Amino acid sequence: MLTDQAGKGVHDDAPGPGLSAQISLRTGGDLLQLVSPDGERISHPEFDVWVKDVGDEQLCSLYEDMTVIRRIDAEATALQRQGELALWPPLLGQEAAQIGSSRSLRDDDFVFPSYRESGVAYVRGAHLSEIARVWRGNASYGWDPQRINLATPQIIIGSQSLHATGYAMGVQLDGANTAVLAYFGDGATSEGDVNEAMVFAASYQAPVVFFCQNNHWAISEPVRIQSHVQLADRPTGFGIPSMRVDGNDVLAVMAATRVALDRARKGGGPTFIEAVTYRMGPHTTADDPTRYRDPIELEDWAAKDPILRLRKLLEAKGLLTDDVEARVKAKADDVAGELRSSCIGMPDPQPLDVFNHVYSTPNSWIERQKDHYSRYLNSFSQPVEFSQPVEEGAR
Amino acid sequence: MSKLTFARAINAGLRKSLENDPKVVLMGEDIGSLGGVFRVTDGLQKDFGKHRVIDSPLAESGIIGTAVGLAYRGYRPVCEIQFDGFIYPAFDQIVSQVAKMHYRTQGRVKMPITIRVPFGGGIGSPEHHSESPEAYFTHTSGLRVVAVSNPQDAYTMIQQAIASDDPVLYFEPKRRYHDKGDVDESIDLSRALPLDKAAVVNAGDDVTLVAYGPLVKTAKDAAMAAADEGISVEVIDLRSLAPVDYPVVEASVRKTGRLVITHEAGQSGGLGAEIAASITERCFNYLESAPVRITGFDVPYPYSKLEMHHLPDLDRILDGVDRALGRPNSLSGLEG
Repeated sequence: MLTDQAGKGVHDDAPGPGLSAQISLRTGGDLLQLVSPDGERISHPEFDVWVKDVGDEQLCSLYEDMTVIRRIDAEATALQRQGELALWPPLLGQEAAQIGSSRSLRDDDFVFPSYRESGVAYVRGAHLSEIARVWRGNASYGWDPQRINLATPQIIIGSQSLHATGYAMGVQLDGANTAVLAYFGDGATSEGDVNEAMVFAASYQAPVVFFCQNNHWAISEPVRIQSHVQLADRPTGFGIPSMRVDGNDVLAVMAATRVALDRARKGGGPTFIEAVTYRMGPHTTADDPTRYRDPIELEDWAAKDPILRLRKLLEAKGLLTDDVEARVKAKADDVAGELRSSCIGMPDPQPLDVFNHVYSTPNSWIERQKDHYSRYLNSFSQPVEFSQPVEEGAR
Repeated sequence: MSKLTFARAINAGLRKSLENDPKVVLMGEDIGSLGGVFRVTDGLQKDFGKHRVIDSPLAESGIIGTAVGLAYRGYRPVCEIQFDGFIYPAFDQIVSQVAKMHYRTQGRVKMPITIRVPFGGGIGSPEHHSESPEAYFTHTSGLRVVAVSNPQDAYTMIQQAIASDDPVLYFEPKRRYHDKGDVDESIDLSRALPLDKAAVVNAGDDVTLVAYGPLVKTAKDAAMAAADEGISVEVIDLRSLAPVDYPVVEASVRKTGRLVITHEAGQSGGLGAEIAASITERCFNYLESAPVRITGFDVPYPYSKLEMHHLPDLDRILDGVDRALGRPNSLSGLEG
């Protein structure tokens, strides 16, 4: 805890007799699974209770969200190919990990994502134009972080894990009943910042959940180059309990995330979740995975497709009616259309905007440069046409 | 008005900020019961609690990175980096996160983080304990960088830095920690000289001598010595290294026609180069001679038995003044 590293502090009553305390975390290397790749519901004595409220309607709604973000992903990739987006980091294959975890959050929880969590942004309530504009190059941020309690996309690998931990320390100081969740990938677990974040989180018992989407590839480097042990084994050395879940199983992801968030809110401290999933597309639209990836591996994982799995479960339960299919398709079409129109209709920023908001108070150096550049622009007898360059290759 | 050492003056300023704003929290290695290795935070944890004055794990990136999260949550963290040479592990968080968050979010997220850094040499320390890394940070947009030179400024400017909605690197000249000076603790911050303003600390007509941090005292001593020879030196304490208050330097150079800049950091790519270039652009027609830089050498900070050769001292500064004035000096007769 923040007040005393020995253990007594802000939340002296922690962890409470809540359900999360009854689960012995670090599931022993087992992959937590509640739905098999064939769509069969697997019962689990400890985790079932965490998703017992997920009825037919919620299952359909999870299916809808996953389908919609797959469609967002496909549309954005197309927009990039058409030159409307400068770059796009696809999330194809990671729909269950993103939807299962983000749908477990409360509005007052705060989330620190990496650059790939477009599905999380959609669930948190970001507008489609806000998701698009970062990748179009019209802004460095998408949404107002304070409006939807979601930090801006983080490009530097793993940096946000420290921000999440610091935010969680602030939550502790406030005595608030709020959890904080940080997303990062398998490659990030090699970064110093993620390891320092675990040191700080464990020392202060900060209410933070580290949600690692192990998608098996850090651009071209396989996860075995990042770690000699399972990623979920690492946090235990910091004194942080962990879970290893099937990241393509939306129910399992939801159960695990709910357990971790509950622990955080009850003063139980940090938890690490390794969601084992797979990035079926490239790292970004500038990447070519055929140069480094065996196509058979992709085939194996395509068979474990998270949306297909949920479809099979819904079919087995007789929930995938024509009505549901039509509704989900219509929603995906609408969202894709809105993404496209908001992207193409987006106005370019103005030239002098480049100087804005470097500081919150005036800075004499920048004011002088802005003044000089403004004079330069005004020196043309004809107004200059400013086009928005679209460049490939940036990470 | 009280007589305080430099270190006590910063301590008093931190105390005042902790009292005035419950969102101010201090973080750093050994800043709690020890009071910091220089005792700058002495007694603060005892009086404000372990939740306001936080002993952190030994991880500089972690200190700054968690401060980013605290700022996101509405806090105003004041981080202590124990020694100048320990700041590099935190470099990424400072230049990629702290500096850019306001721009990245177009003002939606503020980073009112103060990073205190004891800097500079002259105390006989081993390596990594005497560096002057300020130019790395003055080169980074989004950061304000200040260096204090006397107890009154130390007291005032730490509070201004903490109150600033922009991130501030606050460089403390560690070899001056025990210097005493008058401190008016009742000073009205809103009427004090703003954080980004330079101060003319010795008026003169013949040469403008620009210094900051530990060398302001040396520069003033040099001005006194020069006066004995009938040379009138105007000394400017920059105070703010980013942005530099050019109008003050400019006005002085237009009057004197000559510029000498001194700092402990190495010469190449240092602040002296930036000031020489900017003043040349602004005052070319007023300059009687090329700007002169008296700085540390372009070497790693040397072992302590040699540091007196590396650090600009009164005589090297006077030699530079002679150069600016075209008087006989150590480089007389050298071409180019």
